[in-house]
Amino acid sequence: MDGEYVDALVATAPDGIAFDDLHVAHETDGYTFQTPDVDHSGIDEETLRTVATESPYVRNWYFWHAIAPQKADRWAFLRWLEGAQQRDVAERYDALADGISATWGELHLSVTLADGERTYSVRHRADADVGTSVLDEHDDPLDAREIAKHDDDGDYRPLKTAPSLRTGWTFPELTASEFVTAVDTFYPATIANWHREREGELDVNHWRDTVDRQTGIYGVVRTWDRGDGYEHVNWVAEACCDDSQCLKRREWQYDEETELDVDGGSGEFPCREPCSLVIAGARKWTKLEGEESQTYEFELTPSEKEQIEDIIDAVADGETEDIREADIYEGANRYRTRFLRAKLFDDEGNLDGVETEQ
Amino acid sequence: MDEALVIAAHGSHLNAESSTPTYDHADTIRATGAFAEVRESFWKEEPSFREALRTVDADEVYLVPLFISEGYFTEQVIPREFRLEDWDPELWDSDGTSATNATLTAEDTDQTVHYCGPVGTHDSMSDVIVQRAESVTGDPDVGEGFGLAVVGHGTERNENSAKAIQYHADRIRERGRFDEVQALFMDEDPEVDDVADYFESDDIVVVPLFIADGFHTQEDIPEDMGLTDDYRTGYDVPTTVEGHDIWYAGAVGTEPLMADVVLERAADAGADVRSAIEQVREETGGATPATGD
Repeated sequence: MDGEYVDALVATAPDGIAFDDLHVAHETDGYTFQTPDVDHSGIDEETLRTVATESPYVRNWYFWHAIAPQKADRWAFLRWLEGAQQRDVAERYDALADGISATWGELHLSVTLADGERTYSVRHRADADVGTSVLDEHDDPLDAREIAKHDDDGDYRPLKTAPSLRTGWTFPELTASEFVTAVDTFYPATIANWHREREGELDVNHWRDTVDRQTGIYGVVRTWDRGDGYEHVNWVAEACCDDSQCLKRREWQYDEETELDVDGGSGEFPCREPCSLVIAGARKWTKLEGEESQTYEFELTPSEKEQIEDIIDAVADGETEDIREADIYEGANRYRTRFLRAKLFDDEGNLDGVETEQ
Repeated sequence: MDEALVIAAHGSHLNAESSTPTYDHADTIRATGAFAEVRESFWKEEPSFREALRTVDADEVYLVPLFISEGYFTEQVIPREFRLEDWDPELWDSDGTSATNATLTAEDTDQTVHYCGPVGTHDSMSDVIVQRAESVTGDPDVGEGFGLAVVGHGTERNENSAKAIQYHADRIRERGRFDEVQALFMDEDPEVDDVADYFESDDIVVVPLFIADGFHTQEDIPEDMGLTDDYRTGYDVPTTVEGHDIWYAGAVGTEPLMADVVLERAADAGADVRSAIEQVREETGGATPATGD
């Protein structure tokens, strides 16, 4: 590795180099070499090699052109991580010596300098301050596929950007290329779409475009839009796309002209169209919402009505597991709920003995 | 110029293991170094069909569907979701089991995409079925004294679904290796429920032509054939049913040699992967050279 960056600099100098405060050229009277710290002109190759060997500006130039992935979005993502737009090279190298970190969804990302080379690491943000020795260490970025598959309870995660990434692992030492692979495996396409958005080129497909495209068993979702507003899509977005359910920031709306009323979230990376989970949910809701409302008559005490609301809240917010076994003050407590069922359900499971079909 | 392989598979919102064969075959191919990048993509998981191409650096992509039959997914869903401009099923010039490939441009990324027919209707899939029979019996020469049942979904949703099953059953029968070969289906005659009625042989290997193990291969088919009353209690291999020993293989798509079929599809579309094919066949126990008929 040593010297490769110097050889590359000498080889590239005739084309001229101007990158991150490094300026190098080869003219008839010799080489010029300029950084904010030094200004040489008319030097020979040997002198150029000497000044280049010690210069972080040269190492920096070499990294961004020969080591970092060159695909524009991956490159921009790595620049973003170390704050290349806000910090000049000297500041950056000082900061890199201590390590620079950022959050990406639930990922805690870091880059540090070791022997002048950048080394990257990834872990769960909840483990940011945990000693590496207590975490499972991985070196293959594709291990992220298995880590991302189940949450801490062992349940399958069909949505990669759900805020349920499991903890207890680390990729302590990755190259730049391995690092972007790991991030893109945890959160596929987030780097590409984040970059498109920064460049003003995010290709958003709104609800209407997306449902119009559906065929087969999902074609039915088109019939849910009946030209009478978009309240139902607000409900879908509130149900599925809230920050509590997905870390992408929803950028799709009802259509190009009609923004949804619910918050799109505050995630770092955008969501550019309704995903397959939203469409699968919408298919079910299309069928359910096709039913006509009925009037049912139930007898409930005020506390029972509130308890039913508590139960719905607890399920919707995923809090049933957190309600303590004997906490009978919580409406969604299991004993409380079993009591309600024992009192209100008949032998066929009908609430208050009222049949569903009337 | 760098070339990438993108594998398009179904995936699942419910079953964590649906993606496993896709990952396994991608890893096998990745290890050969035949492509600058190998990317998995899914209808129900991520990266989605919609966004897989933008995660790939290469300008030229071989897109291979890890699907069994030609039809709805390969002719409508995948080309639409990958935004392949000017796609027309006629470009494959297929009778339902003879898809080739077509070179198209992805509308959102401008990449050149060689869109290949699915693995399931490639001729080399017959080899994988036979190899699956070898794996489940532990006998590299299995054939004599054995019947082979190739099991598929049936035509309920796609008429080509049955064609692919029949196609490979016919090809394997013509080789004469097994005493009997029969195509059976889950939702039409001849039904897998009556497997014992369709064979004279004492031993029957049953290979479901599915990509991943899941509800159909792990629950439905074992129960329908009478291997068990309740899939959760498991079953023996072989299990004796009505006097026949049934060697139930599980989804053919989990057989490591499937990686070869993915490569064969890319090779047919022009990818220079011959040495990778040899390497994969050697590693996964496939016959060398490819068995032609």
